[in-house]
Amino acid sequence: MFFNDCVSVLKRSGRIRKGLSPAKLLVRLRPWLFLGSLMVVWQFGAGRQSTHILPGPLSVAAGIVELAQRGLLLRYIVASLFRVTWGFSLAAVLAIPVGLTIGSYRRWEMALNPLLQVLRPISPLAWIPISILWFGVGDVAAIFLIFLASFLPLTVSAMNAVAGIAPVHIHAGQNFGLGRAQLIYRVLFPAVTPQLIVALRITLGIAWLVVVAAEMIAVNSGLGFLIVDARNAGNRYDLVVAGMVMIGVIGLLLDTGMRSLEQIESVRWGYSED
Amino acid sequence: MTPLGHSMKWEKAFWPLAAACLFLALWAGSVKWSRTEVFPSPFDVAKGMVELAGKGLLVDYVGDSLRRVAAGYLTAAALGIPAGLFLGSRPAAMAVINPAIQILRPISPIAWIPLAIVWFGVGDLAAMFLIFLASFFQILVSAMNAVRNVPSMYRLAARNFGLSPLKLIARVVLPAALPQIVIGLRIALGVAWLVVVAAEMIAVDSGLGYLVIDSRNSGKRYDLVVAAMLLIGLTGLALDSIFRRVEKLKSVQWGFQNDA
Amino acid sequence: MGPTQISFKEHPPAFQTSRKAKLRAEGINMVFTRDGAAVPVLENINLEIREGEFVCLLGPSGCGKSTLLNIIAGFLAPTQGQVRIDGELVQGPDSRRIFVFQERGVFPWLTVEGNIGFGLFRLPRSEREQRIARYVRLVGLQGFERTYPHELSGGMKQRLEVARALAVNPDMLFLDEPFGALDSITRLTMRRELLRIWEAERKTVVFVTHDIDEAAQLADRVVVMTARPARIRRIVEIDIPHPRDISSPRYLKLRDSIFEEIGLAHNV
Repeated sequence: MFFNDCVSVLKRSGRIRKGLSPAKLLVRLRPWLFLGSLMVVWQFGAGRQSTHILPGPLSVAAGIVELAQRGLLLRYIVASLFRVTWGFSLAAVLAIPVGLTIGSYRRWEMALNPLLQVLRPISPLAWIPISILWFGVGDVAAIFLIFLASFLPLTVSAMNAVAGIAPVHIHAGQNFGLGRAQLIYRVLFPAVTPQLIVALRITLGIAWLVVVAAEMIAVNSGLGFLIVDARNAGNRYDLVVAGMVMIGVIGLLLDTGMRSLEQIESVRWGYSED
Repeated sequence: MTPLGHSMKWEKAFWPLAAACLFLALWAGSVKWSRTEVFPSPFDVAKGMVELAGKGLLVDYVGDSLRRVAAGYLTAAALGIPAGLFLGSRPAAMAVINPAIQILRPISPIAWIPLAIVWFGVGDLAAMFLIFLASFFQILVSAMNAVRNVPSMYRLAARNFGLSPLKLIARVVLPAALPQIVIGLRIALGVAWLVVVAAEMIAVDSGLGYLVIDSRNSGKRYDLVVAAMLLIGLTGLALDSIFRRVEKLKSVQWGFQNDA
Repeated sequence: MGPTQISFKEHPPAFQTSRKAKLRAEGINMVFTRDGAAVPVLENINLEIREGEFVCLLGPSGCGKSTLLNIIAGFLAPTQGQVRIDGELVQGPDSRRIFVFQERGVFPWLTVEGNIGFGLFRLPRSEREQRIARYVRLVGLQGFERTYPHELSGGMKQRLEVARALAVNPDMLFLDEPFGALDSITRLTMRRELLRIWEAERKTVVFVTHDIDEAAQLADRVVVMTARPARIRRIVEIDIPHPRDISSPRYLKLRDSIFEEIGLAHNV
């Protein structure tokens, strides 16, 4: 909904004067006013505290500017995105075929499901010592963690997506004389795509959460590292919160980007009307 | 591809066992073959678990983690469900508050750790706060969406019968939204379990997450590391299974009966 | 206990004996096992369907007529018995015999064009496009070629599915309560449409329904089936040429005989 608001505001920005009465404008602005008032409360609260540790929104904004000027902002964002992209893409490329295959054969699913169910609740962070053992401290360890965090949910989602295919479609495909390969390519894939896209979006969100944690512990660049480092090297809480804000914003952008995929015509059928 | 491929009951137990045995064999085999000094074999892990049980740490640490999860999660549910019900019923209020929620949500609970430590110091409270955060947004959003998806038909019928707004929420909206809320609760529990491990690695000194980090730091006891991981997995699975049992209760089951 | 196959005909249609048997179902028995218990669904079904015929399988809901249709189409293997089409044993689905499901059978990720062209992958492009255009016109979906199914009404989706089935030029069409999800007015229209299309293409059609009027209006022969476990109760031959006057005495008499067969009184 937030996204739609932004888009429609941007779309109509050329025509705002024409059709928008003051009342409508107020309704559009209300969420922003709410955010603004939160900011004011925040600033007030920050100014009043005795220890002056926590920053108000103004000092956070100043912190963001400072990071940009030092060239760190872009560098850290790119570092985090780089790791997420690698870990997530590797996981997707492996997990989707594996999940689809396991889901298509009942015996495989029976065999592997319990194993997956035990592995799934193990927080990726619990893998940190093992990943450092295997890969040392650095990028690879972080990417491995992100891979782990993405692989299992995607596999399970792919398995469920296959189970959710309406048998009617498989029968129709067979009826028209499709061989096995064609059946997979022309019926199975299109049928599971909407669910896969949702799973990819949710898993990307998880990957983004994990990269922050991975960076706090295992590497020395990126937004997660920024948060830990800013605190350790001088209690720069303004930079800490600046990092948090950047994390929130980029996470939101990633999510919005993935949601736009759900709008593609040949995929839209999979989502019920809102 | 006929539906007559009924699998025997024994197959349901056989294949998982076979896969598990294969997995363990591969694990043990690769440890032996690579002649690693550090990485544990399945036997080492089993022995490690027995050691933990013997020292009484097994029950202690699992209990600690569960305790923190319970505190943070239940608080999140107690606040999140009513808030979600309220916001979901009032589209105007939701439109105003939603952007704020959407921005705060993607901020990893882990990123909140420094702030949590500033506010609550190192210890249980910080961990519970992180768990609360992680669960709260999930529960809130699930409840909001669940309420929004309640068909307006139900509300109209309730008003037709003369229910007051409060009764309407309690007797119509809540039961109607319950299946989706329960799903949201289950997912939130999974997230909470993930976060408690992270929180314990950084902010406290007991619990399963702490065990993972500590076993490595004080003596490279990777057998205990993997034992802890296994415990995390099993406990998490147990929590999830309990929840799925709850989902099978009659009063919630109706929401899942849309398989043709 | 043998099957009852008394044909109720006063004037045998002149062309009947010259039509050869297209489909023969012999001794079909079907038993499902659910939770360990055996559930017999079909009992000793023997059926012969001739080329170019329009046959209805009629019976109460859940009696097993869809199961029989699935067996004939090759999606299910019977516990006992066999089906032969053109002398060939049926062992699986085949593109010469297309099954029309209810509107849900349409592929939602393909446009109207995409759906109709689905089975035509062996044809060269120009011929494929010609055929698609022809069947779009036949079922009256002109203008909607690029539309996706979720934007179509129930009746349109059903027509799309019929077009998709016909486009591959099958010998036989199997329809499983295709109009069940439509409102009654659309249903009447669709029946007319189906007959129009059938007369244009003259395939052999086996049509499952629980609607007595539908069966009487459409079929050359109505196979009346019992409740589960289903046997063939009677085959009523309707030799009135199309278009049928549904107020004519002959039609009403034949329709009533079906009603009687099912055991329903005249007054509501």
